[in-house]
Amino acid sequence: MSEALLEIEDLKTYFPIKSGLLGRTTGQVKAVDGISLTIREGETFGLVGESGSGKSTVGKSIVRLAAKTAGTIRFMGEDLHALHGERLRQLRPKLQLIFQDPYSSLNPRVRVGDAIGEPLLDHGLASKADVREKALQALESCGLSAYQADRLPHEFSGGQRQRIGIARALALDPKLIIADEPVSALDVSIQAQIINLFRRLQQERGLSYLFISHDLSVVEHLCDRIGVMYLGSMMETGPREELFRSPLHPYTKALLSAVPIPIPKLKRERIVLKGDIPDPSNPPSGCKFHTRCPFAVERCVHEAPELRSAGGGRQVACHLA
Amino acid sequence: MSVANGRLAVQPGAGRSKRSSIWGDAARRLIRNKLAVSGFLVVALMFAACFLGPLFSPYADNKINMAQMNRPPSASHWLGTDALGRDVLTRVLQAGRISLTVGLASMGLSVALGALLGIVAGYYRGIVDQLIMRLADLLLTIPSLPLLFIAGALLSEWKVPPDSRMYIVMIMLAVVGWPGLARMVRGQILSLREREFMQATTVLGLRGRRRLLGHLLPNLVPLLIVIATLNIGGAILSESVLSFFGLGVTPPTPTWGNMIDAANNMIDFEKRPWLWIPPGFSIFATVIAINLFGDALRDVLDPKQRR
Repeated sequence: MSEALLEIEDLKTYFPIKSGLLGRTTGQVKAVDGISLTIREGETFGLVGESGSGKSTVGKSIVRLAAKTAGTIRFMGEDLHALHGERLRQLRPKLQLIFQDPYSSLNPRVRVGDAIGEPLLDHGLASKADVREKALQALESCGLSAYQADRLPHEFSGGQRQRIGIARALALDPKLIIADEPVSALDVSIQAQIINLFRRLQQERGLSYLFISHDLSVVEHLCDRIGVMYLGSMMETGPREELFRSPLHPYTKALLSAVPIPIPKLKRERIVLKGDIPDPSNPPSGCKFHTRCPFAVERCVHEAPELRSAGGGRQVACHLA
Repeated sequence: MSVANGRLAVQPGAGRSKRSSIWGDAARRLIRNKLAVSGFLVVALMFAACFLGPLFSPYADNKINMAQMNRPPSASHWLGTDALGRDVLTRVLQAGRISLTVGLASMGLSVALGALLGIVAGYYRGIVDQLIMRLADLLLTIPSLPLLFIAGALLSEWKVPPDSRMYIVMIMLAVVGWPGLARMVRGQILSLREREFMQATTVLGLRGRRRLLGHLLPNLVPLLIVIATLNIGGAILSESVLSFFGLGVTPPTPTWGNMIDAANNMIDFEKRPWLWIPPGFSIFATVIAINLFGDALRDVLDPKQRR
């Protein structure tokens, strides 16, 4: 719990907006606009935010499914975006991604045993003789049975497919798993199973997670530290207990007040945000949140708040906190 | 551990007995479709008749018989005889050999060419993609029939012998056929490579060859099968049209198109329907049957229907 496994410094991922016959770049969608975070070994970092806040793009940038615009991403001391070809490929097993949609993340024509086995073969982690055994072990450690290895993805339910996706990543013995909303496509009862699976695997193998979610109750259950993103920027980070007990940023407060609680009589203060998240190609001036912030003052319109330390390992980007 | 081994030893057998396969499922659903089965039977029958039928015909040597000119159907000539006294039934079957061969071969050529160029364009993108697709666009802007007519007229002008015309017609049809195909294949590749399971192969660090051959291309095969099937019908039609205008395969090599052309005058049309109805019906039945089968194949294999 000490060494930094993943260090992201001032990551910016912009997508160009091309228009016209010649495809000239006429603007940029600032999906991720200056994010820094550190994940230590054995730690689970939760990244939360509403749709369009850029949290998935952070995950995609880390595994290089999206090209960064600026900043550095260091994983196990290596600058990920400086690696190429075979060197990058050899590092891949240590850094795995679980996709949001278990229905499209498995090739419909590949039997699940083969889907788990072939990365092992390609990385020399298994030989032709023991690849099947290792694939079956991975399946079983994710709560599936060995006899299901010869089935095709369409023969499984959504929860089972997500387990297969986890088994496929897990078989490579990764250090860090980026889970991009791994449960949001599943039923609540299945969500609980998958989350418990994540916890168990962490205890058994000392995995680290970057857990991307918009569901705060899921994040509260699983994460050690949490980062709250809004429109490509980090609004607040901190340890789970403190962040949930006394949120500093108005956006965090609004998110937490929207979490349903199973006590209908309990009255509490709701902060209802009006309108939608602004256009990330044309973000508001000053603090990006000022257009929807119930506490915004004149200063917020003109001056962007820096992410500053708020004591106790917490950081917040707000003039008023 | 011995318990676990025992379970592993027993269960794979049990699982394999009900092991489903994508192709097996597709075949089962295809057989349930009556139109598809009848389409397939008609095509199969047509192939069998054309390639085996003439072997049993006493008139197979294409001999001219002036004593038997333009006879209506009878017991000795089931579909009558033509202006040179040749048996129409035998000729229709021999013409079918040529028409079906040209249809199949030009389909094979254009699918091979179109698929290869489409895959290259979609997989490598960038400048290669631009070059290939602009060439395809260029070919698509020229209406294919006039283009084929000009090519056919050139062949006649250069006095290409009738035997080799058949092969040149195949190539001509393939050249005008590949752009549409390449476009479809490229579109499919572009959409496939954005799918999450393809992104997953990147994250898993699979080698490029395995990603292409193991994941991308297998998902392209169903589309290719459907396109190829539907293309045979189109190629047979194009060949018939060309031959009808005397610009495709020319007599004495018979094809369905040039047989109709040979009966293309008022007297034959009114008084001797046995000259043009059999080849016309053959074209009609074959193309309809192929299209019915192809449509059913599309319903069964279309990758967009399955997850």
